[in-house]
Amino acid sequence: MKNKFVQAVLVIALGSALVTSCKPKSSGDAVSGDAAEKAYVAPGKYDEFYNFVSGGFSGQLSVYGLPSGRLFRVIPVFSVDPEKGWGYSEETKPMLNTSHGFVPWDDLHHTEMSQTNGEVDGRWVFGNANNTPRIARIDLKTFKTAEIIELPNSGGNHSSPFITENTEYVVAGTRFSVPADYSNGDVPINTYKENYKGHISFVSVDKKSGEMDLAFQIVTPGVNFDLSHAGKGKSHGWFFFSCYNTEQANTLLEVNASQKDKDFIMAVNWKKAEEYIKAGKGKKQKVKYAHNTWEESTHSAKSTMKDEVLVLDASELKDICYMIPCPKSPHGCDVDPTGEFIVGSGKLAALIPVFSFDKLQAAIKGKKFEGDYGGIPVVKYEAALHGEVQKPGLGPLHTEFDGKGNAYTTFFVSSEVVKWDIKTLKVLDRVPTYYSVGHLCIPGGDSKKPFGKYLIAYNKITKDRYLPTGPELAQSAQIFDISGDKMKLILDFPTIGEPHYAQAAPADLIRNNGQLKFYKLEDNKHPYAAKGEKEAKVVREGNKVHVYMTSIRSHFAPDNIEGVFLGDEVYFHVTNLEQDWDVPHGFAVKGANNGELLIMPGETTTLKWIPDRVGTFPFYCTDFCSALHQEMQGYIRVSPKGSNVPLQFSLGTNVPATK
Amino acid sequence: MNKSILLVLSLALAIACGKKEASAEDNYQPGGGEATTEAADPASYDPKRGEGKFDTVELGATLDQALAKKGEEVAGVKCASCHKTTDEKLVGPGWKGVTERRKPEWIMNFITNPDPMIDKDPEVQAQLEICLVRMPNQGISDDEARGILEYMRKNDGVK
Repeated sequence: MKNKFVQAVLVIALGSALVTSCKPKSSGDAVSGDAAEKAYVAPGKYDEFYNFVSGGFSGQLSVYGLPSGRLFRVIPVFSVDPEKGWGYSEETKPMLNTSHGFVPWDDLHHTEMSQTNGEVDGRWVFGNANNTPRIARIDLKTFKTAEIIELPNSGGNHSSPFITENTEYVVAGTRFSVPADYSNGDVPINTYKENYKGHISFVSVDKKSGEMDLAFQIVTPGVNFDLSHAGKGKSHGWFFFSCYNTEQANTLLEVNASQKDKDFIMAVNWKKAEEYIKAGKGKKQKVKYAHNTWEESTHSAKSTMKDEVLVLDASELKDICYMIPCPKSPHGCDVDPTGEFIVGSGKLAALIPVFSFDKLQAAIKGKKFEGDYGGIPVVKYEAALHGEVQKPGLGPLHTEFDGKGNAYTTFFVSSEVVKWDIKTLKVLDRVPTYYSVGHLCIPGGDSKKPFGKYLIAYNKITKDRYLPTGPELAQSAQIFDISGDKMKLILDFPTIGEPHYAQAAPADLIRNNGQLKFYKLEDNKHPYAAKGEKEAKVVREGNKVHVYMTSIRSHFAPDNIEGVFLGDEVYFHVTNLEQDWDVPHGFAVKGANNGELLIMPGETTTLKWIPDRVGTFPFYCTDFCSALHQEMQGYIRVSPKGSNVPLQFSLGTNVPATK
Repeated sequence: MNKSILLVLSLALAIACGKKEASAEDNYQPGGGEATTEAADPASYDPKRGEGKFDTVELGATLDQALAKKGEEVAGVKCASCHKTTDEKLVGPGWKGVTERRKPEWIMNFITNPDPMIDKDPEVQAQLEICLVRMPNQGISDDEARGILEYMRKNDGVK
């Protein structure tokens, strides 16, 4: 009876399925029928693009694949990461050094890939620290943070780390204007207008090594610098910074910095600034900032404290900086692939102004100014304006480009992405985002040559998009196919931290850039490396005990250590003897007030351990390495201070017993 | 029962639309291609020679002392963690007598190209059942491998 009923249902269902299954879905659906196919990357296949996504308040950089949205790696940058020993191993600690000492956390807002001739070149990714102002350079051969430079005279490095078209400079602009480090900072807060200054930094990048150097800063009146982008092509040589709080409020900015109809985009002629630096117009100022570099051959970082910076004064040198009025607290400041159009996105504006580089140049030449702001000429709005996108949406934030003459702008308040024509300023398409989009990314979307195809929206609010996980939710990103006239949502994927800006580049560009698979043992110049078990040993230097340890599938050498006393500092210098891809070993010892080590093949890494009691402590490999991984372990014996246990170490032999 | 209903239903859906089987490859060209997987062809495997770039390895009548010394240095860094020079098994088998058991080209190929040989060589597979640890690729160059071979010969009493 039941079976017959089921069969009847089956027949009906089958029949109706045949009839209805080819019908298009209702037009109300946000997702079209072929979305899954477009985002699907079959098992064993590779994604088409790498997506380098800022980790926001996680302080790290995450690497996803597009279009699958699969997470490949989280690269520790500004925050400690006990999983990878970042900030815990002796070698990595100097990377997080600053003029304030060791800083274990920061807020990485924006990523920017290096460029050559305005095109993404796949060499490095830069990231900014928003809290304790710094810029980091991540090497894409190793996917490792290679360098971090601190920025003096700054508070909140937000309009960073954007670069010029040949990566000549990576810039930074202070979000919080503050009294300069070279002036007295102990002043009443309500003397903002008088004592607070803005500083924007031009950090040069060595063409070959990528090494950064704080070339010069430009001092401006106190405002909040927000975002920036370099000119390109015809506008190469210029940089554009959005700024708000031109009211110079120091309290309740929500209200007090939203008074004026227009704030500014500051146009900086950095080639001119270079000339002034050459002509000796920069003032040497006493400051203090850290410059941290990673040395590949010693697998170690070093931190150098610097004490001087060259500062140009924008109010004295009249032709470096120009203010372009821009409606209502501009946020995004984006330059189109031709370098002609500069898009300002006023967070509180109901239109998008688009400025013309040619018109700006003509306005400067013809002195079409409407006065000055703290000594910086203010160009007349209309004189620099190409036009306004009318009624695009509410709360425009950021714009990227597809290289086909279209711009895509995110709207936080109206929660959508809007596609518009740069020349005609006509709105072409709009799609909702879930919910309240912040940044967006199109592969190569801020370069001279965008790769197009996909658009990723990084949303600020997640709410009900995924299975709920209590009060705290993952952030939500969404991928749109932009290859056709209409934007099509194809995938949601959760992200770590809170992504702000992201960049993407074709997979081949990155994976064929000479990427490293392991470190060669013969190139290992670490002072405590043990190249082969014959070099494994334990050496006492006063109360410091240095363990030169090796690891290979699946044992440590030595794995029995005795003669360590309470009060000693033990340094485990572990060299991974493997010489093949994807064979890291881990190292952890019981009771360590520290992280673990994760040692890549051919690398030497050091864990400091201060035993807190007498006893015997096991250590083991934390990264499953072989069928006998669970056997990869050892013991270290800690005796009371002054005991007569001799220092000894071994592997595979039971040494004669000692009392 | 329920599963078969679903199967029939989904088959019907697939047939009804015809082109549903189109794979992802039709919709995008991943520049990256796919992860490398080498097809194993056990039939073409020569267990005497092994698999790799060495067909024949010329050995001198006497030992090349300098070469053996170089080999010993490399082995100290990259091999000695797992192989003793006696016949005692550590992680892998001891080296004593290996140059009598194996042809020189087999040894050279195995040192420089272990993974495919572990997958194909019957004797290595039998060894794997004993040791349970795959011999790692230690990134050994051709010259280094030749030095290690000479060091093995020395270890086996060649003068």
